[in-house]
Amino acid sequence: MDALHQFLVAPFTEFAFMQRGLLGTVLLSFSACPIGVFLMLRRMSLTGDAMAHAILPGAAAGFLLYGLQIVPMTIGGLLAGAIVALGAGAVSRLTIQKEDASMAAFYLISLALGVTMVSLRGSSVDLMHVLFGTVLALNNAALTLIGIVAAVTLAALAVFWRALVAECLDPLFLRSVSRLGTPVHFIFLGLVVLNLVAGFQALGTLLSVGLMVLPAAAARFWTQRVETMAVLAIAFGLVSSISGLLLSYHAALPSGPAIILSTGMLYFVSVLFGTRGVLATRRPRHAHRIA
Amino acid sequence: MADACITFRDLTLGYNSHPAVHHLSGTVRKGSLTAVVGANGSGKSTLMKGVVGMLKPMAGSVAVTPGTRVAYLPQQSELDRTFPARVADLVSLGLWPKRGLLGRHTAQDRTAVSEALMAVGMEGFEQRPIDTLSGGQLQRALFARVLVQDAELILLDEPFNAIDARTLTDLIALIKRWHGENRTVMVVVHDLDLVRTHFPEALLLARSPVAWGETKATLAPENLLRARQFHEAWDENAPWCAADGDHDHAHEHDGHEHHHHAHDEAGHAAREKVA
Repeated sequence: MDALHQFLVAPFTEFAFMQRGLLGTVLLSFSACPIGVFLMLRRMSLTGDAMAHAILPGAAAGFLLYGLQIVPMTIGGLLAGAIVALGAGAVSRLTIQKEDASMAAFYLISLALGVTMVSLRGSSVDLMHVLFGTVLALNNAALTLIGIVAAVTLAALAVFWRALVAECLDPLFLRSVSRLGTPVHFIFLGLVVLNLVAGFQALGTLLSVGLMVLPAAAARFWTQRVETMAVLAIAFGLVSSISGLLLSYHAALPSGPAIILSTGMLYFVSVLFGTRGVLATRRPRHAHRIA
Repeated sequence: MADACITFRDLTLGYNSHPAVHHLSGTVRKGSLTAVVGANGSGKSTLMKGVVGMLKPMAGSVAVTPGTRVAYLPQQSELDRTFPARVADLVSLGLWPKRGLLGRHTAQDRTAVSEALMAVGMEGFEQRPIDTLSGGQLQRALFARVLVQDAELILLDEPFNAIDARTLTDLIALIKRWHGENRTVMVVVHDLDLVRTHFPEALLLARSPVAWGETKATLAPENLLRARQFHEAWDENAPWCAADGDHDHAHEHDGHEHHHHAHDEAGHAAREKVA
């Protein structure tokens, strides 16, 4: 019992950096995981990935001008994310090119630009920090930012839930009864960028989308209702935050990747054993009901 | 006209300066049941989109009597059948006009959803995931959603595609029920026998309206022949439509619902006086 306590609880009670890491990722789970559910249901998982790369040059510009300061890097990231989202959206709406192609073009340019900008001033340690985050070095400013983003996200989800569901389930129907369709799409994109920027502090630009997409993808294998999916995704996010931090502590692994690997484990377990997973849907052929 | 539900005034709808509905004028009476017929590409679906307001007129106007609740079932639904939702969730979307974004769904609303499912022959399907429905069941569920919408104007775009005979009979019965309740119903239909049997009025489109009125007269052989001569010409270099006069501005999107070309204004005024 004592050993279990030493293993599971002590790291969090003894070390402030573990507490901060836990608080940051718990807040992120409540906010990014339900956003991830809609991202996935809109078949935008890869768009989320692209957006995460897109915030890099903005954050890098903040870094170039002010060093590792949270406010300028956040504002820069938000601006870059907005420019890429609107730019890619504009190219797909105004030309024959579809959004997947324009998004890919914009994010690749952003990623190259961002890495170049960080390298201009920073060391490779800085680059690693920007790309993969530092969960265990979250300061008060970063935690405040993550907290604000989580509050804004949950409030927006509560207000726009019905419209988000309708826009996903039957967008043409929503357009026939309401003018909310287009605004809701942009509000949602805004929430995605906001959560990526918040996650960027903890998990870095390459992995922040992981806490968004993986718990949602795992939750899909267990339920047939979007509400349940959102709750499950948050639960998966919380479990992998805790287990990832412990993994990182005991095995001396980098914390961001440890958290994302934990959600990855949950994903594979869900793929195999979920009630809608591989094993459940691949029953032997002869076993069937009469109606 | 006092009892008009939809009024078309020299309406032209289309895409990228090419018309899909060309110079349509007339009214759809409140409480009427009209079949919209015509070949593929003759503008039927475009007309529906124009009435709902999803497509702005290039010229002329379409006006639905203010305050009319409209339900629209598109031909190519963008419904995502893989979305994790139950039949009750899908049908409950029809509560939007009543409850909007934030209004709570009451016990009464849930009863209305169950009754609508019963009316389309899907009693007890509330909890079924939508990805387990057959094509016919999905169409019944969408009709249930229209029922829940409780609309005064109902627009159905090819609702009978890939539907078996029994489902067809049930859906036609629903349409007749709506007609009996004095709702205005417009349905895009391909099967002319169906139109002759069940629809009192018909609008025959071949981009331009060929005939419109009582079904038997509208579907007279000479009209059908004229409609058949329509070819799906989409000519990049087609000359500008003479009826619109001003070449520079003819058939351009301008975002205004009641856009008229200058020379047209007089014509409209005259027609309105006559009406």
